[in-house]
Amino acid sequence: MAKVIEGLRYAESHEWVKIEGGIATVGITDYAQSQLGNIVYVDMPEVDDEVSKGEEFGAVESVKAASDLYSPVSGKVVEINEALEDQPELINQDAFENWIMKVEVSDETEVEDLLDAAAYELITNK
Amino acid sequence: MEHTEQMQTTCLHDKHIELGAKMSPFAGFDMPIEYSGIVEEHNAVRHACGIFDVSHMGEVLVTGPQAEEYVNHIFTNDVREMEPGKVQYGMMCHPTGGVVDDLLVYKMGAERFFLVINAANIDKDYAWIEQNAKGYDVTTENQSPRYGQVAIQGPEAEAKVEKLLGLKVADMVFYTSKEDTLQGEPIIVSRTGYTGEDGFEIYASHEVTRWIWDTCVKSGEVLPCGLGCRDTLRFEVGLPLYGHELSDDITPVEAGLSMFCKLDKPEFIGKEVLVEQKANGVSKRVVGIELTDRAIPRNGYEVEANGEVIGTVTTGYNTISTGKSVCMALVDARYGKLGTEVAVRIRKKVFGGVVVKKRFYEKNYKK
Repeated sequence: MAKVIEGLRYAESHEWVKIEGGIATVGITDYAQSQLGNIVYVDMPEVDDEVSKGEEFGAVESVKAASDLYSPVSGKVVEINEALEDQPELINQDAFENWIMKVEVSDETEVEDLLDAAAYELITNK
Repeated sequence: MEHTEQMQTTCLHDKHIELGAKMSPFAGFDMPIEYSGIVEEHNAVRHACGIFDVSHMGEVLVTGPQAEEYVNHIFTNDVREMEPGKVQYGMMCHPTGGVVDDLLVYKMGAERFFLVINAANIDKDYAWIEQNAKGYDVTTENQSPRYGQVAIQGPEAEAKVEKLLGLKVADMVFYTSKEDTLQGEPIIVSRTGYTGEDGFEIYASHEVTRWIWDTCVKSGEVLPCGLGCRDTLRFEVGLPLYGHELSDDITPVEAGLSMFCKLDKPEFIGKEVLVEQKANGVSKRVVGIELTDRAIPRNGYEVEANGEVIGTVTTGYNTISTGKSVCMALVDARYGKLGTEVAVRIRKKVFGGVVVKKRFYEKNYKK
């Protein structure tokens, strides 16, 4: 059973987001990593890139296939998780601990229409 | 992932579900992609032993006084000198040289040949085989529904097949087969595979196939392996997959498989084109490319040189055995020389690479 964490917001495309002090931390969910299997590459944006809600910002690649990442927020990338460059498998070990990017968000209310933990759990149990 | 009602299943389907495999459609069959994980399964085959359900593969039996002559007519390799029990790899070609399918031919007797073909091509191949048999004194039979098939692969395969299944296989040479019995029923066992490792493939009734699977898996000594790692394993050692490195529009010469085409044979379908390509060169060919970055070139991505598109990736991975991002690609032959600098477009970026041999990992066959 995939892990879901209370208090985070979730996109139907299986990214999670946590906003603190105007900064959104974004990763993929435990369900997503379990569906992907062994992750071997994370294509991350660069710092200062602009991302838009619902738009592609990179990809997570398992051995078998590439899976696009969609940003749950709009804003400017302020940090990427460089540890994933050499150890993409960290996401398999803990998808919530090993975030992908941090974004300075332009509109914090954007996350309000994302799913909460209970609603996300429902779509992964279908 | 669509699971349509027309989807076929193998005789081991319920076993895969029980084991919790990730299932996916492949060649019209609902097949296991992975069980414990593609990396673990891949490494089990490279270093120990794994078992694959390959019951989706097709089998056609050709018998009759002209069986040898007929098989040689549709097959690029040469079966005339084969001793009974030998197995050969080769292709069936269209008159254009394009490949109908790649296959194994088992010589079971002077007038008896067993052809093992790709699941996705069973209907096309059998129609081709029947159609070209006209005028030959042969009988053809599509036996695909009758057989289950497992591949037991890896450096420990010989020991496991002997110990767990009680078959005597230690003295078998690579690319030979024999008819044997298991659980009181006839089987065919061959020292063949599609992984670059030593191993065996066993053709048996559905019931005996289920017994083999259970015996191996329940021993805990042979890891169930899915089609996911079957692809990473064959790719690393440069083996082609029909629909990727071979197709109706790609000839064996273009695919770099000339060594399996005996151009000195009196005749076979497609020979003229292959002889011409061998003599005058080809305009496109399948090459290996190693990227300098970790980004992964996937099937269908464009290959570029000097800013122009020169071809398409056919299969690519960040390989499990070497950790390198490499691919096979069908490119303009002018860029096919080893060492040529090329690039692959991956999403929005272009990554540099160089043409290398297609063998990304050394095979470890039993000689």
